Amino acid sequence: MNIVQVPQFIRTSGLGSCVGVVLYDATSKIAGMVHVMLPTSNLARTSDFNPCKYADTGVDHLLRAVINSGASLPKLRAKIAGGAQMFQFSSSSSEMMRIGPRNVEAVRERLESHHIPLISEDCGGNSGRTIEFNPDSGKLMIKTVNKSITYI
Amino acid sequence: MKSCNWNPSMTDMHHQDKQVELDLLKELGNIGAGNAATALSQLLNKDIYMNVPKAKIVSFNEMMELAGGPERPVAAVFLTMEGEIAGSLFFVLSLEDATRLIQQLVEDASLNKESLPQHEMALSALQELGNIVSAHYLTALSEAIGLLVTPSVPQVSVDMVGAIVMAGLLEISHVSDNAIFIDTELSQTSDVTAEKIKGHFFLIPFPDSFDKILTELGAK
Repeated sequence: MNIVQVPQFIRTSGLGSCVGVVLYDATSKIAGMVHVMLPTSNLARTSDFNPCKYADTGVDHLLRAVINSGASLPKLRAKIAGGAQMFQFSSSSSEMMRIGPRNVEAVRERLESHHIPLISEDCGGNSGRTIEFNPDSGKLMIKTVNKSITYI
Repeated sequence: MKSCNWNPSMTDMHHQDKQVELDLLKELGNIGAGNAATALSQLLNKDIYMNVPKAKIVSFNEMMELAGGPERPVAAVFLTMEGEIAGSLFFVLSLEDATRLIQQLVEDASLNKESLPQHEMALSALQELGNIVSAHYLTALSEAIGLLVTPSVPQVSVDMVGAIVMAGLLEISHVSDNAIFIDTELSQTSDVTAEKIKGHFFLIPFPDSFDKILTELGAK
């Protein structure tokens, strides 16, 4: 997880089934990003888990961090990207392989529970993504291996 | 810039024991990849060389860096190990090397680094090649340990290495932020161009299976 202010950018590379969640306040130009790997902290088998790893605790953790850095809760907006399904497996591990879409659903639910508007997203598919957020413009750049760069 | 303060503890193994265990895993990488190299050599009718395997306990981020950075485009064959040992096995090639390797099998002039992701015949050939070398890797591993290992149907993907390798780490990510990573490099020097084609095996045993392997080998 990282928090930045203009003129810094915030970036995460090689997202597959993981979801990159950006929370930003367009007025104070403070933004934070968390890289979520799994849908729910109920899956954690240890108590001292990394909160940034799960959609529920990750969004909460990021929210606290951007507020502590001076962002205003009513002005917070979200953009998300990732949650691809890199491989199609039909075996017993298929539930684990559908983790991308489950991560996206979990992030959406958590944002909704905090009443944070989700402005735009680029999720699903079967391609890896590198994403970069510019807190000044509020644009999230998305780069894939096979397609050109897009902004949401 | 603030970052997540949470620091995962490595493992509670003593350092010396850990080194013995990693050496054992290196030896397994040696046995597995050695058998795979022989299979690949027969398939291509070329000499295949193998380097000394590396075995490390690494964080997910370190693993991505070892694989050339999360964004690096690669061609990879991925399969999961089932049976008495569970884990993930990747055979990873750069796009250039994958193209040159597949050229030796399909001999299609339209195949290049750019067309590879859409080239069905090439991807299918890569999948089959991955299937053969991985099966040889796992058979040798299974025999050396004395535990049954069943490979899943292999999947092939051309994409960022971080996105691909993460698919094999999900199972581990429930319990840890670190993985045991056994990396072996196979290489082929072509007679004409003297360019080296390199492929990497990444073997990632799941935590329970790691203990099982060590017990079976008498290290625990």
